[in-house]
Amino acid sequence: MTTLLRETLTHSSIYMPTPARIVEVEQFTEVEKWFHLELPSGFTIDHKPGQFVEVSILGIGEAPISICSSPARSNGSFELCVRRVGKLTDALHRLDVGSMIAVRGPFGHGFPIDRFHGKDIIFIAGGLGLAPLRSLITEVLDERGKYGRVALLYGARTPNDFLFPADLAAWADRDDVECHVTVDRPSEGWDGPVGVITTLLPKVKFPARNTVVAIVGPPVMYRFVLDELLAAGIAEGNIWLSFERQMKCGVGKCGHCQMHHIYTCQQGPVLSYAEVKNLEEALS
Amino acid sequence: MKILPKHSLKAWVDRLRATHRVVAPRETYGQYIFEEIENADDLVLDYHTSVLPPKKYLLPPREDLFAFNAKTMEMSPLIEEIQPTVIMALHTCDLHAITLLDKIQGTGHTDQHYQARRRKTTLVSIECLKPCMDHAFCKSMGTLAVPEGFDVHLTDLGDRYAVEIGSEQGEQLIEGLSLFWEPVEADYDRVNQVMAGKWPNFDYRLDCDVTDLPDLLAANQDSALWDEVGDTCLACGQCTKVCPTCYCFDVLDEIDLKLEHGKRIRVWDSCLIEKFAVVAGGHNFRSSQARRLRHRFLRKGKYQYESYGLLGCVGCGRCALSCPAHITPIGLLNTLAERRRPATEEASSQS
Repeated sequence: MTTLLRETLTHSSIYMPTPARIVEVEQFTEVEKWFHLELPSGFTIDHKPGQFVEVSILGIGEAPISICSSPARSNGSFELCVRRVGKLTDALHRLDVGSMIAVRGPFGHGFPIDRFHGKDIIFIAGGLGLAPLRSLITEVLDERGKYGRVALLYGARTPNDFLFPADLAAWADRDDVECHVTVDRPSEGWDGPVGVITTLLPKVKFPARNTVVAIVGPPVMYRFVLDELLAAGIAEGNIWLSFERQMKCGVGKCGHCQMHHIYTCQQGPVLSYAEVKNLEEALS
Repeated sequence: MKILPKHSLKAWVDRLRATHRVVAPRETYGQYIFEEIENADDLVLDYHTSVLPPKKYLLPPREDLFAFNAKTMEMSPLIEEIQPTVIMALHTCDLHAITLLDKIQGTGHTDQHYQARRRKTTLVSIECLKPCMDHAFCKSMGTLAVPEGFDVHLTDLGDRYAVEIGSEQGEQLIEGLSLFWEPVEADYDRVNQVMAGKWPNFDYRLDCDVTDLPDLLAANQDSALWDEVGDTCLACGQCTKVCPTCYCFDVLDEIDLKLEHGKRIRVWDSCLIEKFAVVAGGHNFRSSQARRLRHRFLRKGKYQYESYGLLGCVGCGRCALSCPAHITPIGLLNTLAERRRPATEEASSQS
């Protein structure tokens, strides 16, 4: 078996992707779709939770997208959850099972999962942020015994915007995961919490000293969540965030993803609050 | 060291043209551009800064990455195997810039497209003996001295050139040619005399020491000057186009009308352009022109120094010359240094 990264790096151009086939599709919301993709025979994705791939549709272009599947269960295939927001994702949403795309990577640094061992973990997802976190959550739950208490806080705009409904139901059923969801705007029949994601934080009573937090969401969410976490006494180095930037090359050359001195595609996309706290291009 | 009599220069270039593409500065409408020399008579070694730096031969404004068939998913890399090329008469600022580009492109995941061009490129630099234009500040940046990184380096001694060989690749350009002479004692004396005579011709234009630049920029990230200068910046990206060390790019697909055969290409891009840092969904994490301008300066004067041990500015002055808003690095950096000074003096008088 060859890893996709090895294949990417042994091509005579690092910019040339490897074909992948869409084998399953599920429409989660009006704008978000889930894709199950298969690599050519003999290849594995071999990613770390939090890493991304450069996804190509030949003739349309390329865009960085986080992998949302569990590394342990990848076995030659992987999953992406894609919001329709631009040229590439628009075209991707129009593809059906059997269509071919192309991928490079996986690139970047994901969540430092070894540093989560033995700790209580709070996952905080806003909207599409659940996609990269799902990769980490499944990895943690696959080896549940290595961690302390586990909580997931997930906020969506409306009850119709929840992603991964089957996973959410399964996590909510487990008694070793505390699952809290909220919506910004309720719809008819919704009897759960309403409010921004920070309203869920008081529900989790973890001791600050032994807790790590993994956060992925829209830029506007980070500032508010960080304020609460820091006030609660969570260590700066125990707060991990993923930064969505427009990595055009994925290999530290094109300059598009650079926040101050950090090439997000290389040192990120997952960085600790300690690393970014003074970087206004990361957190404003 | 070897000696090349000036009258033999054309003969040397003609010999090189038999085996190499020779590119050199050529005068066009009063400006100089690097272009292939088809006649040794066109060669100009005494020139003021070229419009575009010679980086265009290593990182072309538009470059093919790979070809594809969107229907069959067949893909093939497009690494251009250029003919062996000699870039003639590089100023030392441009040589320093290529040394930095080599380091950047070779760090981490190697860019094979750059490497393929670079491997076939031999650099012949020339000692700068007088300032080439008002905007240049190479002496302040430490780029007036020759770095390692040349293959052949020429110094004008009047009626002859002193020829330093910097690499095996350089050695091959003069190997076995009877045009070159062994130096005698008088040649070494003349080199020393010329070198000693050149330094007073150049001014220090930066009001702080170059080694102080990363700290100066770090300490002034919140300076109001970025807003003041940012307000005048037109976001045209001209400064990055003419910069010998800028290498950021955008990636695009081109495809035929049958949506079948196409190419992925890259084109020069610029961090000064408004949409450069926009992410999917429309958020711009460098949202003002002041921040974009600051990013360019910190990248050149701090980040690249921290990452690669070399400053990202070589003091060529092209950005200042080409800026329609008259923003100059010297003006900006000296204002930062000047505004910092009273505060520093105040602090030291208190202690």
